[in-house]
Amino acid sequence: MPDEYNQKNTPLEAQSSETMSGSSGSTTDIDYVRPAEVPEQDLYHGHSFITKWVFCQDAKVIGIQYFLTAVFTGIVGLILSWLMRLQLGFPELVPFITAEHYYQFVTMHGMIMIVYFLTALFLGGFGNYLVPLMVGARDMVFPYVNMVSFWMFFIAVCVLMASFFVPGGPTGAGWTLYPPQAILPGSPGSGIGIILMLVSLSLFVIGFTMGGLNYLITILQARTRGMTLMRMPLTIWGIFTATALAMLAFPALLVSCIMMTLDKVLETSFFMPAIIQAGEVLDYGGGSPVLFQHLFWFFGHPEVYIVALPAFGIVSDLISVHARKNIFGYRMMVWAIVGIGALSFFVWAHHMYVSGMNPWFGFFFATTTLIIAVPTALKVYNWIITLFKANIRMNTVMLFCLGFIVTFVNGGITGIFLGNVAVDIPLSDTYFVIAHFHMVMGIAPLMVIMGAVYHWFPLVTGRMLNERLGKWHFWFTFLGAYSIYFPMHYLGFIGVPRRYFEMYDSPYVTSATGLNEFITVAALIVGISQFIFIYNIITSLKMGKPAGKNPWKANSLEWLTHEVPPTHGNWGENLPVVHRWPYDFNVPGAKEDYITQTTAPSEVLGAEVEKT
Amino acid sequence: MHAGFIFLAVIVGSVLFHIFTPWWWTDIASNWGAMDDTINLTFWIGGGVFILVCLFMVYCVFKFSYKEGRKVEYKPEDHKLEKILTIATTIGIIALLAPGLIVYKNYIDTPKNALHVEVNAWQWGWQYRLPGEDGILGTAQVAKISDDNPFGINLDDPNGKDDILIQSDELHLKTDKPVKILLRSLDVLHNFYVPQFRAKMDAIPGIISYYWFEPNKVGEYEVLCAEYCGVGHYGMRAIVIVDSEENYENWINEQETFSSLIAKQDNNKLKTTRIAKNNN
Repeated sequence: MPDEYNQKNTPLEAQSSETMSGSSGSTTDIDYVRPAEVPEQDLYHGHSFITKWVFCQDAKVIGIQYFLTAVFTGIVGLILSWLMRLQLGFPELVPFITAEHYYQFVTMHGMIMIVYFLTALFLGGFGNYLVPLMVGARDMVFPYVNMVSFWMFFIAVCVLMASFFVPGGPTGAGWTLYPPQAILPGSPGSGIGIILMLVSLSLFVIGFTMGGLNYLITILQARTRGMTLMRMPLTIWGIFTATALAMLAFPALLVSCIMMTLDKVLETSFFMPAIIQAGEVLDYGGGSPVLFQHLFWFFGHPEVYIVALPAFGIVSDLISVHARKNIFGYRMMVWAIVGIGALSFFVWAHHMYVSGMNPWFGFFFATTTLIIAVPTALKVYNWIITLFKANIRMNTVMLFCLGFIVTFVNGGITGIFLGNVAVDIPLSDTYFVIAHFHMVMGIAPLMVIMGAVYHWFPLVTGRMLNERLGKWHFWFTFLGAYSIYFPMHYLGFIGVPRRYFEMYDSPYVTSATGLNEFITVAALIVGISQFIFIYNIITSLKMGKPAGKNPWKANSLEWLTHEVPPTHGNWGENLPVVHRWPYDFNVPGAKEDYITQTTAPSEVLGAEVEKT
Repeated sequence: MHAGFIFLAVIVGSVLFHIFTPWWWTDIASNWGAMDDTINLTFWIGGGVFILVCLFMVYCVFKFSYKEGRKVEYKPEDHKLEKILTIATTIGIIALLAPGLIVYKNYIDTPKNALHVEVNAWQWGWQYRLPGEDGILGTAQVAKISDDNPFGINLDDPNGKDDILIQSDELHLKTDKPVKILLRSLDVLHNFYVPQFRAKMDAIPGIISYYWFEPNKVGEYEVLCAEYCGVGHYGMRAIVIVDSEENYENWINEQETFSSLIAKQDNNKLKTTRIAKNNN
């Protein structure tokens, strides 16, 4: 079948021979690709150790820096979750866990995992490494700003971690930091702890905005010749949309952090009404705690999709490559990502059904929330239809993708419970909520992250990860995590409230003791099994099987660099020229079961490729 | 072993867990059975979708595992199939949303004859106020709270004089009589939650929020604070006792009104000043 541009541009034939001189392969008509509109970017090449590896301007190195920093915070978050689970499963076993500590662990675990781990890992880590490579650019368009972005993030992490060591400890206000309690003495860490948290979040937002602008502009402006928007891998669509969401949502977090800092330090009353505490009327008055919740969730709900959309995109690519089949309904997948992203700004108050906001809001937000379920469900259908009549490699990457589908569908459906306002009322603030969001935005994105590490490790390091260890790692993680969170929903049905340091002997929760012990044991096992993963990474760095070029036989550009692992500047002398989408697997009439994006139509004349 | 078997076991295990779980709802003790019904409906539709999607996935894993040279379908799009799936999903979502919204409409429409009960929450405890014979609660303000006026009732509001004050965490309700809970907080967020009544709502300093239910089973229930409110959150419990009409009347007649509290305090003050004078 003829290529789209060919039909459009036949009259420009005379021009084509000239503009094609840079591209490889034949110069016949059907291979025509529009010429580049802007000259190539000049890159700063670092020479010293510091400019190459510390204050580095290469997006790939910055990606790895983001990745490692995020993983470090993730390990801290994991250890905090162990301590929480020990208290819940075996109270009094660890005597140093007091109620204050417990609430500090809860708060720091939540904030670390959502913002400093998942967001930084997906956008800062995968975003930096993959965006320039997958769109065929030499680097991000603003490499210097990109470097500053990482160091802002690094400082934000340092400030956050410092709060563990200040008098009073880190804040224990719950990760949602709801005022008034967040800044009043009844919560742990309501002195320096909460201020450091608010400062750290503000720094994170500032740093992240620098990175985010880079991803957006690189994707919009620096794509290589032939890389139309509708030929971009879904990974890029996911990262692009998530970043756009972040640019619009994080300002809401920033202003709420600034206002709360003022409430705390200067005793303004943005969020503080008249309050009497310990018999004393405080100097506050006239502010609204519900206003903070609106601002927070205006950020907080898109934040869910800031984590989920890159995961959706990446998993689509992993499934397609390892099922050796094109992703089903690519265009619908793109529109679903964009649609979910847009809708995610109209659903925030579904976190606030029992917050005391005007109850009439419930109708609107329940409706918008359930509408968002439609494009999300379509994405799930497309993933499983992609598996139908495919040729599925049952390797570690694919196992993680399958684990993602199971946990995501499970968590998505419990989301329909909580989004439907009447169903939410009995379930909100119970363990059902905890189980739901851990399944859908904890475990499911983690499955994708791990699958993605197994998938792209050969590109980043030039060596394969060990498959046997990978499979053990998968089954421990998947089965363990599932047995933590699936039964946890049933604690919510009983009505066990979240954020309880101890249940004492409430009549209807004594039956849950055994279940709590089981969940704790499972959590410890899942946590420990992550060391298989870390061990695998460390040993494979040196002793892994050499990967060679394009070991998975993938189509997208990141695998087509001249050197593996790709070096600074990515592409050698000439930028790649793109002729097709990245999903041409098992095309009828083609010799191999994949056709890379740079393969010109004239090289695969017999293949019956559909127009993309 | 083929990975498909393990995934299959996970799905079958989930279904069996659901059937045999000993962990389930507490027995409902209010009129909100419709909430339980909506949840069950969501369970059937949602659970069905979960099982179908996962079984289809497992089927594909068994049927299309990698074989060199297997013929793979090349079909980027199928508009008809995509349309059918979109419509089917939309119908499913409407089937879940519509009943939910109807139940919610009832939840925010309080019956006219509902008994008003003000719940006062603070770090970390509860107290309650009921309207006296006029059926109206007097207005109140946090700034007016003092030892003599524990609810901060405006002294010049005549409606407040006969308000019944319950300075204990034990609240009695009449069975089969709707009750509108008016929530006030003196400091931070709280939430008055009895699992058996299903309903809940946050208490927010600065505004009065509400919800209603009709207790329909005589008995004693534990109240849990369901919105994190600081380090004592987990200990913030109270008791609701649902009484028969007769027991309820007995209980309420024993409670003190605001005017009698003021009178008692004035008496005490008078006494103390007299004693002080005598001592001089």
